Amino acid sequence: MARGDRMITRRVARWMDARTGSAKFARTALGKVFPDHWSFLIGEIALYSFVVLIVTGVYLTFFFDPSVNKVVYDGSYAPLRGVTMTEAYASSLDLSFDVRAGLVMRQMHHWAALLFLAAIIVHLMRVFFTGAFRRPRELNWIVGITLLILAIFNGFAGYSLLDDQLSGTGLRIAYSITLSIPLAGTWLASLLFGGEFPGPDIINRLYVIHILLLPAVIIALLGIHLGLVVRHKHTQFGGRGRTEKNVVGEPVWPRFAFKSIGLMFMTAAVIAALGGLAQINPIWLYGPFEPAEVSSASQPDWYMAWLDGALRIFPAWEIRAGGYEVPAPFFPAVLLAGLTFALLYMWPFLEARFTSDVTEHHLLDRPRNRPVRTCMGTATLAFYTVLTLSGSTDVLATTFGLSVNAVLVGCRVAAVVLPPIVALVTYRLCRELQLRDEEAGMAPPERPRIRWELLRLWEVPARRKEARLARTRSTPID
Amino acid sequence: MSEATEERGCLGCEADGPTPEEQAAAARRAEIAVSSGFLVSTAAAIALAVTYWRGGQPQLEGLFLAIALGGIGLGFVLWAKRFMPHEPVVEARHPIASSEAEIDAFREEFEQGEVILTRRKLLVRSAGAAMAALGAALLFPIRSLGPRPGAGLKQTPYERGVYLVTADNRRVKAEDVNVDGVLTVFPELPPDPADPHAELRPAEQADSPTLLIRPAEEGEAREGREDWAANGLVAYSKLCTHVGCPVGLYQADKALLLCPCHQSTFDVLDGCRPVFGPATRSLPQLPISIDEQGFVVAEGDFSGPTGSGFWDRDR
Repeated sequence: MARGDRMITRRVARWMDARTGSAKFARTALGKVFPDHWSFLIGEIALYSFVVLIVTGVYLTFFFDPSVNKVVYDGSYAPLRGVTMTEAYASSLDLSFDVRAGLVMRQMHHWAALLFLAAIIVHLMRVFFTGAFRRPRELNWIVGITLLILAIFNGFAGYSLLDDQLSGTGLRIAYSITLSIPLAGTWLASLLFGGEFPGPDIINRLYVIHILLLPAVIIALLGIHLGLVVRHKHTQFGGRGRTEKNVVGEPVWPRFAFKSIGLMFMTAAVIAALGGLAQINPIWLYGPFEPAEVSSASQPDWYMAWLDGALRIFPAWEIRAGGYEVPAPFFPAVLLAGLTFALLYMWPFLEARFTSDVTEHHLLDRPRNRPVRTCMGTATLAFYTVLTLSGSTDVLATTFGLSVNAVLVGCRVAAVVLPPIVALVTYRLCRELQLRDEEAGMAPPERPRIRWELLRLWEVPARRKEARLARTRSTPID
Repeated sequence: MSEATEERGCLGCEADGPTPEEQAAAARRAEIAVSSGFLVSTAAAIALAVTYWRGGQPQLEGLFLAIALGGIGLGFVLWAKRFMPHEPVVEARHPIASSEAEIDAFREEFEQGEVILTRRKLLVRSAGAAMAALGAALLFPIRSLGPRPGAGLKQTPYERGVYLVTADNRRVKAEDVNVDGVLTVFPELPPDPADPHAELRPAEQADSPTLLIRPAEEGEAREGREDWAANGLVAYSKLCTHVGCPVGLYQADKALLLCPCHQSTFDVLDGCRPVFGPATRSLPQLPISIDEQGFVVAEGDFSGPTGSGFWDRDR
């Protein structure tokens, strides 16, 4: 750096510091220590996908028109010329064909959303399987789950704006799910859509929700999420001088900051490559939304597929009594989704209760050393993976030349049978790995007092005795 | 900046192996790697600008943007990895919770204010009432968001004497539907004298799509619906009773209607009863007849609300 530059930087810094006292704060920030582990990057990838979402999204708003007024299309995409459509759909077509760089921006925006959700889910798995949600981080877990829910909603709101055949079908399903809520459903649907489906206002409202309301809440919560990470200091894996009372890693400045900025650019690069080279949501092939039409193979974005899958494989049950009814979609779409997120929110508290472990933890668990938590996590993943696959029963059937009915029945069976099998296999694998660690001379994990380890019945039979011996050695609390 | 870190000799710093000359050569190589990342990025950014300027091409734009961003990313990461110190630094953790003394001090200060609150109970209560009332009053504008859900959910524009028309507004004759054929039809709106191009309004169009089917064999009519078919034609709502997707697929050899969204299957020969999938209710049937000129005409509204179920559907 040249001397003159330094002088300027110094003067700017002084000017700022004289007015804000920033130097002291900034120095603490630069010296903050971050432990190094590849799995800690996943949350950053989510954050940087969100940055790309904001940048590309702002560009899109300059061209997109969220209106359901009808126009006759006369843009450059010849097959749709002369077709009557809403301005929302027409402006999306213009963005794709007539705005230079518009298609890349649109596709980058969509890919960034898919990556955002994927990174959030993997980040959630990292936090779950390593026990990073335990005290004092329960609040940040709650903020994180809320961010997940908001991201899902905003993704759905986003691809529903374009008013193509696929998004209209998705909105119709969303309308019907809202209708299915007992007592309040018809009112909620009317207030949300501005009347009966398709509703005159829904696109406009979704637009405000998508570009203003939810992003604002997401940004605020992201601030809290990161602020709490700073407050708590990052968790770390055990070993080599790492204890509950310290953080061992690299300071923010300069190495961590450079690597993180590099990661941001690389995330954006991957999204740009996808946006340019991998087609996504080719709305011009779907045509404008007509309520009487539908295309086969109507799949939502991947993060909604589990809900669609649940709608497909849930049995045809409804409750009818006294002239009132709780329609079938309520159970898989409202109740299951509600239970899913309620359990996610409650998990840190449930685990603390069942393990009687309410102390502070800054050292992460290795998943194998918490076999019960790990097997519950993998079982849950198995369940939602089956649901996600069930969202494509028709595609699976045509791809593999099976009957749709067979695939659907198979998915029903798998959703019930697979999670327990996965749980048992995981549990046994964890115990095997633990025993191997012990044989390799590693200290056995310190166990919290656990009331729920009924699963010990599935210990490896030949080693059960050894395991019992190992346990008696390794349970100082019991 | 980078000079300083190089002085600290981070590159190969655990090393007893490499000589200073080897270290210098390695540093030189790393420098070339990092700077070529940035230079490739520069070239790609220029290529991106040129591509845009010359009319744009989505694939190239994405590719050049990716290289431009990726080059910078790679440069930064390599820079950090090769030229910045990576000896672990230890930072102590301090307890998150405040000390008892701090908590007590806070409580004391808070309670000084609280005393003022508790002393004037009337003020507290009336302020609370005002806040609650304001909150409740501010909820009312939510009501403006949509009309009261009414009969619209249960009715369609069909009534006795309404003709069935195709999407391009042509009336349908019985012979327009071949054996094993299906036709999507809508209720014909009475012509609006003010508007020669009167169209179905969206809400009605969304809840009234109808399938006119001519199955190869005649099915069993439901009780009380013996005369709802006409000339071998039956008419059913096109909206799946599960979540309202149009039931778009007809398997003619088995007379089954299939919803492509969630695979509910309806048996046309058995009153469109759901025989597979998540739907719980039959598709509502539309009573039809043929008028003197041979046009298909509705004899009333559907046998029930179309589309998905809701709380007071049966009332």
